[in-house]
Amino acid sequence: MIVGEQKPIAEIKEMVAPYKKLLVLGCGTCVKTCFAGGEDETAVLASAIRLVSRKEGRTIEVEELTVERQCENEFIQEAAEAVGRNDSVLSLACGAGVQAIARRFVTKPVLPGVNTTFIGVLEKQGLFTEECSGCGNCELALFGAVCPVTRCAKKLLNGPCGGSQAGKCEVNPDTDCAWQMIIERLKILGQLDNLRAYVPPKNWNTSTSGGPRKLVREDHII
Amino acid sequence: MKNASISRLEKLLTAGEFVVTAECGPPRGSNRERIIEKGKLLQDVVDALNVTDNQTAIVRMSSIAASIHLLNIGLEPVMQMVTRDRNRIALQSDIMGAYSLGIRNILCLTGDHQSFGSQPDAMNVFDIDSMNLARTVREMRETGQDMSGHELDEAPKMFVGAAANPFADPFEYRVIRLAKKIDAGADFIQTQCVYNLERFREWIKLAREEGLTDRVHILPGVTPLKSAGMANYMNNRVAGMDVPEAVIQRMAGVPKKDAANEGVKICLETIAELREMEGIHGIHIMAIKWEEIVAGIVEGAGLLPRPDLGVS
Repeated sequence: MIVGEQKPIAEIKEMVAPYKKLLVLGCGTCVKTCFAGGEDETAVLASAIRLVSRKEGRTIEVEELTVERQCENEFIQEAAEAVGRNDSVLSLACGAGVQAIARRFVTKPVLPGVNTTFIGVLEKQGLFTEECSGCGNCELALFGAVCPVTRCAKKLLNGPCGGSQAGKCEVNPDTDCAWQMIIERLKILGQLDNLRAYVPPKNWNTSTSGGPRKLVREDHII
Repeated sequence: MKNASISRLEKLLTAGEFVVTAECGPPRGSNRERIIEKGKLLQDVVDALNVTDNQTAIVRMSSIAASIHLLNIGLEPVMQMVTRDRNRIALQSDIMGAYSLGIRNILCLTGDHQSFGSQPDAMNVFDIDSMNLARTVREMRETGQDMSGHELDEAPKMFVGAAANPFADPFEYRVIRLAKKIDAGADFIQTQCVYNLERFREWIKLAREEGLTDRVHILPGVTPLKSAGMANYMNNRVAGMDVPEAVIQRMAGVPKKDAANEGVKICLETIAELREMEGIHGIHIMAIKWEEIVAGIVEGAGLLPRPDLGVS
């Protein structure tokens, strides 16, 4: 899923200061799962904005609404009336959702309430870890399904580097060395020979290096 | 180890000499006198001098420029190049440029992560890794083409070096990685500083058993310790460093004023032990901010005078 973290209230407060009627718009998919922008967070944040504005002598009307996904028109449409009633939108979706809302409601200022951080997994309650960079050319089969492009701080395809000690990354001792994990996985799978193979430079053209990406599914175009 | 370049370091290694290299860091500024001063301390003391490339991710004079300043006073540089800051376009371009200026040796590194350096806000590159870089330099030398397959108008023919850390984990993989670096293109290897001789001996034994010491020139690294504090710092704070407790205790066991002498003594004993090991082809002295001690160490180790090949 896409993992995000709500921006600090101090930053949000400054962003919404110019507006009188604000719609706090939650998103019920990824950011709900990581407790950044689902229904509950939307309600709490709306109250916090009301409170902090009142305390500072500002009047702002805050409405709250959560749609299933802010990245699909079908769901965005459900927010149309509420957006129309307000003079600004604070979107708690990921960066894609914020832009999709802005594109649909061109005259409204749409503000980001969440910092989108990464594509990751819920490792355990309260802990999300980055696992995928969306490079557009998945080579996980080579690496025992541990991604060195994302999980090695130096993106080494022929790792580990000389800084790997006791299974930890030199950049952060709280981070497991991706290459240690790759080696352990390959050992279990009986594929240690993969390590002897030279991995050539990656073609980054399928990643953001090739410019903004598009996926066209001819079979789904109506 | 194809004889396709005219590096003095390569000639000496090929001739079976026990070589001496050292390391010096360019200044944090444009003052070329700083690098020339360091170079002069090492003239006729080392066979080649590594020039670091923004080491520990601290911004310094470029390794190409600093290498040229050393070349101009008759020293042979080993230009270090990291993949942290340049993509494949810039790397190849700089290698061609460096060769055109007379640089003949390169040490291919991935580089310290920028979060350790003076500008942790920087974006890193890591387009390719050190293994890919070593292969790129070799391919340019041997095929005369760049990475895209374009025929070059005079290909750079560099003597290719790579690094190895026998002390990092997982240990059993360290020799496989060495083999990979040799396959990729490394002609010589400079290692992380050796303090743990036992572990180094085990590593070189495994390398010998795989036949690797016949395929590459291995120059173990040594760094003289200045104090017990430095020994502790290296062990605890420097990534991939292994300073055994006995060495730390030995440094701590002498009065402060004698610590540097003790450090040099340990360094000389280490060199003596390393020279006894089969498969070692030289020594790489990394005297961190202590270049003036290198001449004494080389002399103390009985490695002077350096061989004269009649080439500069």
